[in-house]
Amino acid sequence: MWKTRIVALLFVALGVLLGWYVFHSEKTESNPFHLGLDLSGGSYLVYKADVSAISEGEVRDSMDALRDVIERRINAFGVAEPNVNTETHSLGIDGTEERLIVELPGVTDLDEAVRMIGQTPLLEFKVEAPSADREAIQAQIDDLLSVQVSKADIQDGTLTIGGDGIDFAKIQELQNELYLNTDLTGKYLDKAQLQFTQAGIKNGGGLQAEPIIALSFDREGSELFESLTRENVGKTIAIYLDGSIISAPVVNDVISGGQAVISGNFTIDEAKTLVGRLNSGALPIPIELISTNTVGPTLGQDAVNAGVYAGIVGLILVSVILILWYRLPGLIAVVALGIYTAIMLWMFKFIPVTLTSAGITGFIISIGIAVDANILIFERMKEELKAGNTLYNAVKVGFTRAWASIRDANISSIISAIFLFWFGTALIKGFALVFGLGIIVSMFTAITVTRFFLLSLTKREGTSGAITRFLYQNGFNK
Amino acid sequence: MFIIKYRKFFIGFSALLVLASIIVVSVRGLDYGIEFTGGSVLEVSYDERPDIDLVHTSLAEAGFPDMLVQPFGDNGYVVKTQSLSEEQRQQLVSAMSVGDRELSIERFNSIGPSVGRELRTKSLYALIAVSLGIIFFVAYAFRHVAKPVSSWRYGIVAVIALLHDIIIPVGILTLIGTEIDTLYVVGLLSILGLSVNDTIVVFDRIRENLSTNQEKKIAEAFPTTVGMAINQTMTRSIFTSLTLIVVLVALYVAGPVATQTLSLVLLLGMIVGTYSSIFLASPLLTLLGGNKTK
Repeated sequence: MWKTRIVALLFVALGVLLGWYVFHSEKTESNPFHLGLDLSGGSYLVYKADVSAISEGEVRDSMDALRDVIERRINAFGVAEPNVNTETHSLGIDGTEERLIVELPGVTDLDEAVRMIGQTPLLEFKVEAPSADREAIQAQIDDLLSVQVSKADIQDGTLTIGGDGIDFAKIQELQNELYLNTDLTGKYLDKAQLQFTQAGIKNGGGLQAEPIIALSFDREGSELFESLTRENVGKTIAIYLDGSIISAPVVNDVISGGQAVISGNFTIDEAKTLVGRLNSGALPIPIELISTNTVGPTLGQDAVNAGVYAGIVGLILVSVILILWYRLPGLIAVVALGIYTAIMLWMFKFIPVTLTSAGITGFIISIGIAVDANILIFERMKEELKAGNTLYNAVKVGFTRAWASIRDANISSIISAIFLFWFGTALIKGFALVFGLGIIVSMFTAITVTRFFLLSLTKREGTSGAITRFLYQNGFNK
Repeated sequence: MFIIKYRKFFIGFSALLVLASIIVVSVRGLDYGIEFTGGSVLEVSYDERPDIDLVHTSLAEAGFPDMLVQPFGDNGYVVKTQSLSEEQRQQLVSAMSVGDRELSIERFNSIGPSVGRELRTKSLYALIAVSLGIIFFVAYAFRHVAKPVSSWRYGIVAVIALLHDIIIPVGILTLIGTEIDTLYVVGLLSILGLSVNDTIVVFDRIRENLSTNQEKKIAEAFPTTVGMAINQTMTRSIFTSLTLIVVLVALYVAGPVATQTLSLVLLLGMIVGTYSSIFLASPLLTLLGGNKTK
């Protein structure tokens, strides 16, 4: 008897401990729940990869390479816990389709997400146009920049330029004509590296190391760069990134060995991002966006709040019904349910399970199944009491008899969960995982835990008084 | 014994409901959401919701005439369209910002047609796989009770009850015009699990009563045994359903808007499922097994 009581107490302690851990790790955010994109907010993008140009044997490798490139691009933008996966989808008779799935938690701006992934940095090296042309272009720019300003244009301390103002787009266009395209592009880049200039005296006399980007070309690129520098000694070579000029250093001498440096007054973060993007390079396979799902941060948070609220209300109502109808065993079932909830929540953190709205539904349904196991047991106990068994025997036999029902019913539910997990899409998988897990854990709490509790409270010998019998009976039965 | 006595009435009633549901579904058709058909849904909220006519006008000007725009939540609208490209999406979003109202995008979901098709086939496969799995498991679990009804029949009856529990809620939901989204499917799949769970508990009691009778050498008509089992498990069936219904009502009333359809599907499934485990599955078993005395 005391052994049973000790075990029962240990179960309570386990429940309290896990419950406390869940609460504490949530409050201090040391190990919060992993929420799916539908709850935390974020973007979910599905790309179709065009592998028609790739021989069948190389599809896998190319897809892996594609995933790596995309992953590097996203990492360069500092998204927390992005998830990039490739999947082969069967389209029935239409054959298969290779897909790239990108999950970006916290990125709720779809424009930004799409840009982040689709962006291929375009690195170009350009040489000066013939000097006569340059002068003509420069003159036009100067012309555009010179604007007549009179005192009347200043009102309330703000200067407003009359007419159409300065046509900056046109100036930009003209500036680009100052340089001519060459064959040397980012295609020949071997790698880019973030470096710092030697700390020197900068503006204002402060000592500061400036971030620069060191480029190394591959062999072909090195040769191109060497000939470019040879032809342009004393002139500038402009480095363009995504169509805009980053820097235009003067070539002092022929550079062989394929090393170049871009210094463009970058901040450290800018330089880091740029290095990441340059290194990630071009996509090995063309991709096309076929499906997106973006959930704003408030929508997800509302869903979590409402879900937690509904869960608590539901649990309280179930507890009230159980205690009113089943009395002492009902109270025990409620304690077991509490332990069940604590174990499940802890497992969500421990495994960890990514919780989606479908997963939470699976959890709620599994609560129903956990309660069902106890109801089956208590109904059986009631029958045994009616048949004239002592309380202790009624409890023991009740458990044995109910076991076959609970086992078969739960096995069939587990079979459902396994098949759903096997055949289902991501959403259905999330449901099936939590549902299956819930059934297994509930078998432990609703049977083992409840059993220890009931046995530890039931006298083994002798007859029990009217009050005790009342506590164990239920409903309106005598 | 009441239920077994009038079993033909109860089975007929179920058959009628299933038939009615099938007619409703075939007449009205299933209202697949964009997850299945492909398409886009944009959900926006404003600091103050503009008039719906203004939104329609603005959309028409931007080249989106006759869009399906519905109010959503306290201050938002939902727009449903065919699948949009990234460029079209941006146009749609800017067309939705009417006047100087502050707009924020709550959700944007765009599904290509192939993704939708795949979801439909996968859901169907899952349903078939679960049904087969259950038939085999039940046949195995009841292998020792080959008389008077072969154990395969238990499995088949369980699946008939299961289809019943899915078809009737689908019929009702189609009647009230609920759109099928992924959570709807998840709801149907949960009904699968719960329905079987429920049916098996009654079957298990039949199995137990049969073996007790055998031990005690009691000759009892099979329908009587089944009737006993139904009575014995009745309180449990009702109580289990009640606790789940309470949780589901809480989820429906207080829960997230996103899972309201889901709770509705589950609620209907629970009610129909409880009915079928008491009034359909076991009576059907006696009908298949005949009135033979064991």
